[in-house]
Amino acid sequence: MAESPTILKVRDLRVSYHTYAGEVKAVRGVSFDVERGRAIAIVGESGCGKSVTAKAIMGLIKGPQGEIKQGSEILYNGENILDYTSKQWQAYRGDDCAIIFQDALAALNPTMRVGKQIMENLIAHRHMSKDEARAEAIEMLRRVGIPEPEKRFKQYPHQFSGGMRQRVMIAIAFACDPDLLICDEPTTALDVTIQSQILDIIKDLQREHNTSVIMITHDLGVVANIAQTIAVMYSGVIVERGTSEDIFYRARHPYTWALIESVPRLDLKNKQELASIPGMPPDLLNPPVGCPFSTRCKYCMAICKEKMPAFTDFGNGHTAACWLHHPMAPKVDMPDHDSPTTVAPATGAAPAATDGAPTEKEVSR
Amino acid sequence: MSADKEVLLSVRHLKKYFNVGRGSILKAVDDVSLDIYKGETLGMVGESGCGKTTCGRTCIGLYDKTDGEVLYKGKDVHALSGRDRQAFKREVQMVFQDPYGSLDPRMTVADIVAEGIDIHGLCKTKQERQDKIFRCLEMVGLNREHANRFVHEFSGGQRQRIGIARALAVDPEFIVLDEPISALDVSIQAQVVNLLIQLQRQMGLTYLFVAHDLSMVKHISDRIAVLYLGTLVELAPSEELFANPLHPYTKALLSAIPVPDPEVEREREKKKIKLEGDVPSPINTPPGCRFKGRCKYHEGACDAQPPLTEVTPGHFVACPRALELAGTAR
Repeated sequence: MAESPTILKVRDLRVSYHTYAGEVKAVRGVSFDVERGRAIAIVGESGCGKSVTAKAIMGLIKGPQGEIKQGSEILYNGENILDYTSKQWQAYRGDDCAIIFQDALAALNPTMRVGKQIMENLIAHRHMSKDEARAEAIEMLRRVGIPEPEKRFKQYPHQFSGGMRQRVMIAIAFACDPDLLICDEPTTALDVTIQSQILDIIKDLQREHNTSVIMITHDLGVVANIAQTIAVMYSGVIVERGTSEDIFYRARHPYTWALIESVPRLDLKNKQELASIPGMPPDLLNPPVGCPFSTRCKYCMAICKEKMPAFTDFGNGHTAACWLHHPMAPKVDMPDHDSPTTVAPATGAAPAATDGAPTEKEVSR
Repeated sequence: MSADKEVLLSVRHLKKYFNVGRGSILKAVDDVSLDIYKGETLGMVGESGCGKTTCGRTCIGLYDKTDGEVLYKGKDVHALSGRDRQAFKREVQMVFQDPYGSLDPRMTVADIVAEGIDIHGLCKTKQERQDKIFRCLEMVGLNREHANRFVHEFSGGQRQRIGIARALAVDPEFIVLDEPISALDVSIQAQVVNLLIQLQRQMGLTYLFVAHDLSMVKHISDRIAVLYLGTLVELAPSEELFANPLHPYTKALLSAIPVPDPEVEREREKKKIKLEGDVPSPINTPPGCRFKGRCKYHEGACDAQPPLTEVTPGHFVACPRALELAGTAR
């Protein structure tokens, strides 16, 4: 196993689901890298394809409805896992790569004692004896902050609270010391106090085991503290990618701006209008030809509806796919998120200039 | 502070216990007293299982109370009958958390919105009814064309709008919003919150906004009530509560809110107050302050239920050590 700094490379991943209504193009060409020992967050609204991306990496896209398109590549330590045999998949899942789902109650087996579910992994992948596995499982339960692990070991998932179940999921995921951990909205169903506990555990374990993490969430607040890199996804494509400072302070895509502004900040005045994104995400049955965000974007130009913009590089790995950064595009005032005191709706006046007809023509040529 | 304001709903020592069998009693709401003034938004926050939904529902008579009283415009909500009851049911409406479960899948949007209108006989003619439905739909940002569709054709945000239109159809004065946005995406949440604020301004509505998302609650509320295991631990104007939280639980709750700003987060990380463990079970709770088991400041005085005391005008807190601890950084 060559120790390259990049553990996982996703290249032009395209996933479709075949339904009665037609082909739903859930992921339409997603590329990103995961660095060893670092965390990347994929942020987006529901239906943007972030969970499907996670499932593809875990090999959980099931045919015949689900299909990973030809030409997609997921390189784990240089090997394309999409070419794996089922035996290779079995070795990869759980041992090299683990996943934490949003709904822990649905993910855990209700008819099996919690301890046994942790032991399963240890016996299968680390070839432990039952007694070793039991001791290790109890240790894992203790590690994730479950009181009285010996007693809890023998209980069933329904006897656990939501936060405790999520801890069990984490224990299962970390049991085999995976190199890559995917967290699919791990805290969405939890209260804020429990959420911060769970995030702390994930962060601690990540540091301890030097695990790479892919954090999938719709909550920008969760991401700010945990991920070094953030990819913003919208209707099946990544629209912007950069370090967390790039995304929060120097965002370059209108969707990212809107996403950041629609979170109420504690320093915002009460009952002030929140910046919301009008409309809804496009239907992925027939995704738009141009930029998917064009229908909801207040800076939309003629070309946005016709052609998908290419990524513009802002240095240091910060890229955004938006026509506004084309040399011929009109200049717009970027919302300034630099200082925490900035009040969001400062952008209100800007779009008028970009809507003008002459600039539109200029750009579309 | 708000002595001059008209009290719309007055909750006095409200208790709601559920008998969960085998002699166990679940005290979902235990001795909660608060006033809701006309035209304001009262936010009610707390972790799951703290009784905030039960409290909201008991306040408008969806549940029978165990003890105490709820006065709406001076009349006991649970003892209304006849015409008064009918009027109360029109003036007070509710928007539910789950926009999927709270709308009948076999009714058209028009029928859902008009159900209240028909029950209360608010429209004399078919034309009038039709106009009213259209007006309500347009008020919440939907079109006339949506009226004849069924609920499954709508997204979560649109469904929540239908739920709001249904509540508005009977010209209510007071709306209980039970986690109206927690099932929605971030960008859609902002749309719905903006809509609620705008409707309140237009129609002078009073809201009881039940939620667990503190940043949204702060945004929409005038005053915030913090519940913990069925008891009210702090009640203050929202700016005041966030600037100067007094109860240890409120402090922990506020410091757990993730902030979408990496630098601020890194700063806060150092001084975060972390709560250990889960919310204890509300069944057969020990006497005294409910929070004492998780509170690092607890002492002897916490073994008796601390009364809600007014510390500064309008700022109530139920903690014997609140003032003494006021200097502690949050």
